[in-house]
Amino acid sequence: MGRQLQPVQEMYREAKGGDRRALGRLLTRIERGGPPADEIGELAHVDAGSAHVIGITGAPGSGKSTLTGRLVELLRDNDVRPAVLAVDPSSPLTGGAILGDRIRMEGTPSTEPSGTRSTNDVFIRSMATRGHSGGLAVAVPQAVRLFDAVGYDPIIIETVGVGQVEVDVVGAADTAVVVMTPGMGDAVQANKAGLLEVADVFVVNKADRPGADDVRRDLDLMLDLSHVTGQEDGSGYRPPIVMCSAIDGDGTTDVWQAVADHLEILGKLGRRHIRRRHRIRAEIRATLNQALDSRIDDLIYSEVGERLVSDAQNASRSPSSAAAAVLDHLLGRR
Amino acid sequence: MVDRTPSKEPMSGGDVPLRVVLAKLGLDGHDRGIKVVARILRDAGMEVIYLGLRQTTDSIVTAVMEEDADAIGLSMHNAGHMTLAPNMVKALRQAELPVPIIVGGIVPKDDVQPMLDAGVAAVIGPGASAEEVAAIVRDAVSASV
Repeated sequence: MGRQLQPVQEMYREAKGGDRRALGRLLTRIERGGPPADEIGELAHVDAGSAHVIGITGAPGSGKSTLTGRLVELLRDNDVRPAVLAVDPSSPLTGGAILGDRIRMEGTPSTEPSGTRSTNDVFIRSMATRGHSGGLAVAVPQAVRLFDAVGYDPIIIETVGVGQVEVDVVGAADTAVVVMTPGMGDAVQANKAGLLEVADVFVVNKADRPGADDVRRDLDLMLDLSHVTGQEDGSGYRPPIVMCSAIDGDGTTDVWQAVADHLEILGKLGRRHIRRRHRIRAEIRATLNQALDSRIDDLIYSEVGERLVSDAQNASRSPSSAAAAVLDHLLGRR
Repeated sequence: MVDRTPSKEPMSGGDVPLRVVLAKLGLDGHDRGIKVVARILRDAGMEVIYLGLRQTTDSIVTAVMEEDADAIGLSMHNAGHMTLAPNMVKALRQAELPVPIIVGGIVPKDDVQPMLDAGVAAVIGPGASAEEVAAIVRDAVSASV
């Protein structure tokens, strides 16, 4: 069908005009990276405005997708046009992935008898983390920018809160929402995952279950400690803790309110541009990392690299000295 | 038995994972099989967008567009395949989505040829091995490009 040969510019024009197929294909190009992704980045960079970027994270099974689905429902009812980027892990062994977030978000939109969505409706895209270290850190901001450029606002990024890249991606959003549930260990567990530091809004989901109040109390205590240890950013903003039960929709309006309030406060404090700056810096860094990473890979699997690995294996060299030798090669010092 | 070292840059170059939408179309509660297929395709290195039960042709078209899927796997155990699968073919054509449909589940032998005639790319019956399932999906995609 030659669909892969369609020029990026043409697809971009179509996507801006509301063509969902074109947008879907552009997102594929972004995921694959390389020159086409850069070209899309150039186009989107010009048109992107200032969509509200919301990150939602939490442990597997905490109800992120269900909550996202509820928020989407709420936004649609208010004639807002959100986009969702749902990130799920790829298998490191096979590169395959089961992307199962849509199934929990789709409830309302897909069962409508009226048929396919209109151009003014939500757009949901699933993204696998794929193999590249750092690939996700590049693809997510690019996809967000594309959504923004073609007119979606807000943009919700949903990702499981494991892995530094995943946490970073959410942490770089305008508003980071961390979803907790009863029965998953106390807040110390969440502390370990590094999720507490990035949260702008806490959601205690499954609040109808026993132990929900304990989770809230633990979180409150942790927030008190942030105050004591001076981890607060000095703005006086304290992340609210919102109780909800996403599956029956209880409290989801409160979640949205807390998210919207946070954006307003960011604006009032003049901190939104700081977040953006942080985000842009992170993206530049990730892009560099990715470029370096592939050069390192080339080297390490080259003849020179194999020899160094052998040296380290037969103990004629330490792995760190082998790494130093690779670095020398990389920097052209040898 | 298995070398657990991930291969070098598994996603680099032309080695891009296929994206497959898996769904049960219509009123059909038997989702054990489709879950097995999801796992088989994942383990074959594909990205499976799992839609699960009670999907409509419209919801599948939307998912295929937004996910830019390379193939659709429909699991059917409700004897509605002779109506539903051709409907799916039509809906995709209408949306100008050149994506192959592979039907799995319970399809009587006599229905296979008419389904293929109606535009279904392949029909996979019970007893197909994991390798066969993955190969059929791959072949259907290469034949459609």
